[in-house]
Amino acid sequence: MANLQFDLVSPERRLASVETTEVMIPGADGDMTVMAGHAPTITTLRPGIMRVTHDGTTEEYVVLGGFAEISATGVSVLAEQALHRDEMTQEVYEKLIADAKELYKKHEEEVENEPGPVDEAAKLIADMVAMGTHIGLDSEHSNFG
Amino acid sequence: MPNLKDLKNRIASVKSTRKITKAMQMVAAAKLRRAQEAAEASRPYTERFNAVMGQLAASVGGSETAPKLLSGTGSDQVQLLIVMTAERGLCGGFNGNIAKLAKTHAQKLIADGKTVKIITVGKKGRDAIKRELGDYFVDHVDMSSVKRLGYLNAQDIAKGVLARFDENEFDVATIFYARFENVVTQHPTAQQIIPSSFDVAEDADTTLYDYEPSEEEILADLLPRGVATAIFSALLENAASEQGARMSAMDNATRNAGDMIDQLTIEFNRSRQAVITNELIEIISGAEAL
Repeated sequence: MANLQFDLVSPERRLASVETTEVMIPGADGDMTVMAGHAPTITTLRPGIMRVTHDGTTEEYVVLGGFAEISATGVSVLAEQALHRDEMTQEVYEKLIADAKELYKKHEEEVENEPGPVDEAAKLIADMVAMGTHIGLDSEHSNFG
Repeated sequence: MPNLKDLKNRIASVKSTRKITKAMQMVAAAKLRRAQEAAEASRPYTERFNAVMGQLAASVGGSETAPKLLSGTGSDQVQLLIVMTAERGLCGGFNGNIAKLAKTHAQKLIADGKTVKIITVGKKGRDAIKRELGDYFVDHVDMSSVKRLGYLNAQDIAKGVLARFDENEFDVATIFYARFENVVTQHPTAQQIIPSSFDVAEDADTTLYDYEPSEEEILADLLPRGVATAIFSALLENAASEQGARMSAMDNATRNAGDMIDQLTIEFNRSRQAVITNELIEIISGAEAL
């Protein structure tokens, strides 16, 4: 099977640069799996899990926003913040949730008559919580409303 | 003739100064390596980002619905200058050069009848331009508590800047920093970040991409990140430049101290010899007088 060149870079470091067979990306409009020969696409990301399969093994990365550039021969993901799945501990996760919650609160207090930012912040929390559930981390803050 | 004891004290004091500058040089060298590594690590992201943005901007930029961050507000009346310098001195002309560039830039704009607003990042630059341009300051970002530059620092600055842009507080934003070339050379640089300009490489492959969600939405999402990315890479360049400048400044200082010690030692030896000769003359003439 043809291979894909997969690059995951954040502003602070390059996390991965490997040959893969398939990559699952948490796109803003929904998850998608990219294999070789994919139509060239640029998509934004929502906070979620990225799953990279190479040599029969699967690696998982946690990404928090950013975008992905997909071509027939490769995928480069430019994540604003990205972590390897193993680095995502309960502590890190709780901090992320707390940050998202704070943002939500801030928007809720400051922005009036304009649901945009509030909804976005709420979605951010929901995405985070969903991601946590997915990788088996428990959030005590799921009832943010 | 200088007193022997004074000379001795001076030599001792210059020697301890040399020790300090030597230590500072070594610390700067270690920090420089780390700063360079950080700058290196951010490069793939920045390059990719700019390439994608260039493509997006080229396809959407011409349309009338293009976001203001890209097309500008249609005016250049209010100019925001973001002057990024170090928190600490003793790094040669580093802070001074950036401040000087920003100052000439600001004065030219003022002479052209533009409104100037200044945000300073780093204490030293603020102090350097305070006397002449203090009235134009609108904000200051304190970096003294930052131990390790992270993307978050850049994001915070960018957030502040973008909030001002949304409030229509300025039309054009320019950042001032020193681009790192090597340990001896750092170029003070002015770079316009709002409206954003992305160089589209001539030979860029013109793949037609599908966009998810729409082109405009992606662009609106990415442009603010572009500002943060530009600020982040400027901060990193600045950090490397600062350490490089400090390293060469301290290298010079160490060498100067060495020269000075040599000179003082010669003077010390001469004076000592003079004293001995004097004493001998006194003894001999005393003996002759008897």
